[in-house]
Amino acid sequence: MRFIVPFVFFIATAGLLWKSLKLKPAELPSVLVGHKAPAFSLTTVEDPTRVINENVFKGQVTVLNIWASWCSSCKKEHPIWVELTKKYPFSFISVSYHDDLKAAQQWLQKSGNPYSFTLFDPQGHLGMDYGVYGIPETFILDKEGIIRYRHAGPISLQLWQQTLLPLIESLR
Amino acid sequence: MAPEIAHFALILSLCLTGLQFLLPTIGILKEKAIFIRIASPLALGQSFFITLSFLLLFFTFAQDDFSVNYVASHSNAALPLFYKLSALWGGHEGSLLLWAFLLSIWTIAFSFLARHLPLLFFTRVLIVLGMIQFGFLLFLLATSNPFLRLLPHYPIDGADLNPLLQDFGLIIHPPLLYMGYVGFALPFAFAISVLWGAEKALPWAKWMRPWVLIAFAFLTIGIALGSWWAYYELGWGGWWFWDPVENASFMPWLVSIALIHSLMLSSKRGLFQGWTLLLSIVVFSLSLLGTFLVRSGVLSSVHAFANDPKRGVFLLIFLSMGVGGALLLFAWRAKAVISEANPTQDADTIKVELLSRETAILIASALLSVSTASILLGTLFPLAYDAFTGKKLSVGFPYFNRVFLPLIIPVLILTPLGPLNQWGPNPLNIIIKRIYWIILVSVLLAIGMPTVFTDHITWQVILGLALGYWIILGTLKSFIEKIQKRRGISGLSLGAWGMTFAHLGIAVIVIGITLVSHYQIERDVLIKLNQNLSIANYVIKFQDIQPIEGSNYIGYRGHFIVKRRLISKPEEKNHLPTMQEFNDPNQYTKVAELFPEKRIFVVQGTRMTETAIDPGLFRDIYISIVDQLPGEKWAARIYYKPFVRWIWLGALMIAFGSFLAAIGRRMRTKAMV
Repeated sequence: MRFIVPFVFFIATAGLLWKSLKLKPAELPSVLVGHKAPAFSLTTVEDPTRVINENVFKGQVTVLNIWASWCSSCKKEHPIWVELTKKYPFSFISVSYHDDLKAAQQWLQKSGNPYSFTLFDPQGHLGMDYGVYGIPETFILDKEGIIRYRHAGPISLQLWQQTLLPLIESLR
Repeated sequence: MAPEIAHFALILSLCLTGLQFLLPTIGILKEKAIFIRIASPLALGQSFFITLSFLLLFFTFAQDDFSVNYVASHSNAALPLFYKLSALWGGHEGSLLLWAFLLSIWTIAFSFLARHLPLLFFTRVLIVLGMIQFGFLLFLLATSNPFLRLLPHYPIDGADLNPLLQDFGLIIHPPLLYMGYVGFALPFAFAISVLWGAEKALPWAKWMRPWVLIAFAFLTIGIALGSWWAYYELGWGGWWFWDPVENASFMPWLVSIALIHSLMLSSKRGLFQGWTLLLSIVVFSLSLLGTFLVRSGVLSSVHAFANDPKRGVFLLIFLSMGVGGALLLFAWRAKAVISEANPTQDADTIKVELLSRETAILIASALLSVSTASILLGTLFPLAYDAFTGKKLSVGFPYFNRVFLPLIIPVLILTPLGPLNQWGPNPLNIIIKRIYWIILVSVLLAIGMPTVFTDHITWQVILGLALGYWIILGTLKSFIEKIQKRRGISGLSLGAWGMTFAHLGIAVIVIGITLVSHYQIERDVLIKLNQNLSIANYVIKFQDIQPIEGSNYIGYRGHFIVKRRLISKPEEKNHLPTMQEFNDPNQYTKVAELFPEKRIFVVQGTRMTETAIDPGLFRDIYISIVDQLPGEKWAARIYYKPFVRWIWLGALMIAFGSFLAAIGRRMRTKAMV
């Protein structure tokens, strides 16, 4: 009888894996959800002399997108953002994560700049504070500058319609 | 044309693998000799077509045929040919084709090298290999076909290979790793063949052992390469991250060590046949599980792979049928196999002496299995937690270090005890008499060396070093004893040499890990031109930085001068020398000049950090430029990594040892036949 133990163990594991297939790893939780946005002081890609800190999030609902010019998933995601910003007015700030200033500027010039402005985070400190797992990542912050939502990986139109847009509207 | 031919070859190969397991099965059941004998030619045929399709995909990459989706998304016309070819396994579809191709290589190797095995046993192994290949090819063709075209609209140029993958270490890492993974299909097939036949007293453990050893050696090199690559290319300076994908390769590695040793018990002593068979099944199951975890996208990991739920479902069905079927067969037949092997005594009543090599091996293999289970738990726990509570969490370093280390330390203690003890009973007083001085010397050295060479010492360092010395001295002692017994070094078998190398390799890894974890210095600094910086016994000067221009990139190249302090006084440890002192050859001697680079690939807009490392057997100096900051300042990482190379060196010794043991075993099997 003891020889059946491995089989039983395997069935349990397989059941777990079956269940886990329906899970979505992209919906990473963030310990930061419900907390104030981490403090920072960074320049922007568009204007390297302009210094911005976390107070910029106060007063309106903000979508914060973290990207880099070297990230291929970000390139796939980018046109969606360009489209969305044409259709919907919302405060949209991005972070250029671990990127080179020139490369980031060129990329924005070439493929369109949907962002109000882009924070320049060459060493990834801000990304680190936000617990960035793999870019692109998207956060939604409310009027108080408190993080309300996090999405890891490229967004889709579906996600925007079903989750992001309703959330933004409810926070307004 | 080439992709279509390749696609067709793959379909042909699928048909042939179908026949490879169907016809011989009928042959065995109906006792038709011709159907049994056809297994080998069929295996050869399907391997031929897979190889053809594999080579044609190479060709498609070399031709820059961007009408093929897979090529368009993983290659680029500007890539050097070398990288174009290796882009073949830069993505999911190609990796699977590589998997199938390597399985066909193992299949061919088996069908040529194992002809001396009894025909029925041999054929059953080929049947199982055929089934596995069939499942994989079906998966490949149904969900991950690399030959699909993007017609009529296809891109002029490809999307390019991830620059991180444009590196020699990463070109050879997947093939070697997969060679190991896939190689474990053989012990799996052997185990099924044993369980299926349940014939009288076959020396199957002897036949299986060289295959396990070779697959293990490949896997060892593959894992070590991955770790080395992460160290120098990712620019983080770490060498292991307990990432789910790393765990997926580490688990079969640990269990295959248990299997190799348990095979020894089964072949030399006829013991624990059931346990050994189970391990053979488990090793390959873990390889498959790893493939599932990596390829289905259920786990998020730093190894970002494409997610496709259809693939996950298919792989899970495949996994369930393969592993579930094998374990069911095990549950049904294991008893019969064991009683066939030991007809005179019941399996449960075999007596094993407490103080013997058998016990050492058995406990170690049990502990290895438990530690694997602990890693499996840590890897799957986030999934289970999510499935039952809907919440996410991640299991990281603290869990693995706290759970894995206490389980693996006893294994390390047992490592030299196996070879030092005899088969059968060993009187306690004799064991103590032989080893007490080894323990004493190990502990003294472990306390003494850090006291002399460093300024701080912790109990973890003493423990780690003592374990390392204990394994080295114990292994050398058993080596010398063997030489004395065989009257000369020429009398030693290759197996004995292999074991010695592999066990010493373990010690080298243990020492390397201990020292680098406790004595490394990592400094993330802001540095200006001509500024000095002190790290460990070295002073590093930021001499210069210049713009550079390569064929397809622009960037900066830094110039750092590394000098070693000749007179080291404790109070001067962090003293930064003046320019005059720095240039005085009596006080500072130049060790290296390092040129870390920052490259921006213009076309793709990607940026890369080229780390500069001054490697050494006893320490690495590791410099990478992170970025330029306002005020002429540069952000840089300057790391001092003592003994880090020992980790990979040890892994190479283990792999070399297993190759030796495999060759030795093979030569002896041949001599017997």
